[in-house]
Amino acid sequence: MQERRDTSFPQINQDLLRGVIKTPIWFWLVLGALGMVVLGGAGAMGYLFYVGLGLTGLNWPVMWGAFITTFVFWVGISHAGVMLSAILRLTHAEWRRPATRAAEVLTVFSLATAALFPIIHVGRPWRALYWIFPYDFARGIWPNIRSPLIWDPAAIFTYLTGSSLFVYIALLPDLAAARDHTTGWRHTLYSVISLGFRGTARQWRLQVMGGILLSALILPVFVSVHSIVSWDFGMTMAVSGWHVTIFAPYFVIGAVHSGVAAVVTLLALMRWVFGWQDYIRREHFDALGRLMLVVSTAWLYFFFMEFLFALYSGESAEIALREMQVFTPPWSYFFITFLLTAYFIPVPLWLFRGVRRSVPLMFLTSLSVNIGMWLERFLIFVPGLARKQVFTFDWYTYRPSAVEITIIAASFAVVALGVLLFSKFFPLVPIYDVKEGEVFSTRIEVGRRKVPAVVREE
Amino acid sequence: MARRGILGLFRDADGAAEAVDWLRRSQFSSEEFEVLTGSPYPEGAFGEGHIKHRLFIFPFVGAALGFAVAILLNIGTQVSYPIVTGGKPILSLPPMTIITYEGTLLGAILFTVLGIVFESRLPSRLPKIYDPRISDGYIGVMVACPEERLNEVDRGLRQAGAVDVKWEPGAAAKI
Repeated sequence: MQERRDTSFPQINQDLLRGVIKTPIWFWLVLGALGMVVLGGAGAMGYLFYVGLGLTGLNWPVMWGAFITTFVFWVGISHAGVMLSAILRLTHAEWRRPATRAAEVLTVFSLATAALFPIIHVGRPWRALYWIFPYDFARGIWPNIRSPLIWDPAAIFTYLTGSSLFVYIALLPDLAAARDHTTGWRHTLYSVISLGFRGTARQWRLQVMGGILLSALILPVFVSVHSIVSWDFGMTMAVSGWHVTIFAPYFVIGAVHSGVAAVVTLLALMRWVFGWQDYIRREHFDALGRLMLVVSTAWLYFFFMEFLFALYSGESAEIALREMQVFTPPWSYFFITFLLTAYFIPVPLWLFRGVRRSVPLMFLTSLSVNIGMWLERFLIFVPGLARKQVFTFDWYTYRPSAVEITIIAASFAVVALGVLLFSKFFPLVPIYDVKEGEVFSTRIEVGRRKVPAVVREE
Repeated sequence: MARRGILGLFRDADGAAEAVDWLRRSQFSSEEFEVLTGSPYPEGAFGEGHIKHRLFIFPFVGAALGFAVAILLNIGTQVSYPIVTGGKPILSLPPMTIITYEGTLLGAILFTVLGIVFESRLPSRLPKIYDPRISDGYIGVMVACPEERLNEVDRGLRQAGAVDVKWEPGAAAKI
């Protein structure tokens, strides 16, 4: 951590609580803009529920389109939080400190947004109650646990509950810090939700141990969630390109790829918007860039495996589908864009230290990854369904309607709005973690040089 | 014996550790004082004893309960309306394993969170003499002190290097 600057506790509090205590004008402007988009999306959703699914571009046999693609996309983004936070906590990675909270918060909001999509997709959301909840609403009929569509809500519910509680527990010391630096109703609010945390040795011990324990418990949930999401498709034998045995690890690694990229996007925005150059430093982007190099290449390996398995199967329907994805417009355009944006443009760039340490370039390349990863999911789901039937007169294509596009655009605004509102009430960088970094940091002399070092407690 | 809280604020860890040493020499037990900091310090940095907790039991209890509830839900819901779908058995192990896995982990996570809160002795009322400067890096040594020893503890804390010492007004201290 060569770029770390010694910062005093009052300075850390002042910097990281600034967004909580003061409300700049840009906040209201961005809030208004995002609110408008969300309202637009809510209007489109209401219209969709009123008129029906005929407003979408969905038609038999393509009954899963952009909504389901976006559902999988947001579930993927949600994997960033636990991947980064849990693994980096467990391995005591020093550079985790400014990134963990943002990653965890992104997990919560993106997962909550993802959970909306299957409900919107059914067109009559109130009927989701019969399908999801383990309650015999009518005639003693219970959800069918043999269906992946039940495993999915079970996994998402577990992950959302676990991630939200994880955020709250890690937030307790920072709520106490906010309590100590606020007055009036804010002081009362933080006093109540910090549960009287006062920083005794016992509370810190439990905070650190609890963080590690929760990380270890959430990791298996994280792996299960996207595995189960992949089984929504993988368990379907009738669609070419879906019934693939490596879908679970392929989806998990893809989710980590897009999720870590989303954390980079968020960290870059936090650095610019809140002026946290001393906390979210170039070395953090460098470390994330190195991590993404490994993750993205592992993802590419699974992508090629999946493709190769389809070709080696020798099944004419599979091969025809791959031909369509790669050579037939418009799918071929999507395919080329997906490969370029998800891997072949950003990854070679990340090989250069200068790119990894450039915040604007990391921001742009991380956005590029997520454009590609959305297209990847679209290319997995839609072409398979379009060619689901044997006879050509049953083939169909799919084009998302304006209503679908509006709702999907609003979902991005929902996540952004959630993170923005969170930043208004809670610090987006874990204050106590940054302070711990200060306590545990030192400088040691190596020969003629004095270098920064970090003490780690076993 | 009536007790009142007294808080000494220190700028650095050495002073706080010295105050803890003085308290021990003055026959105060570990239950009668605590060190408050704005960030985690290495365990024993202030000479306080090893912290005993039973956090590791909580996830096991939660996992066992989650497992039991998930199994009950799996079996109960399917047996109560036994429709055969796709020729699969009513109680099919692979899907049951998935739901049970999620239930077990959910139980473990919920109980771990409860364990963290419970073992941290939360929620608790903030002592009246708590000082917000603690989150600005000051280190607080809070003592639940018998009334007749308040002056002695005040002197002891100041001699150890406390920059400020606060007494709890009137009421009995609870720490």
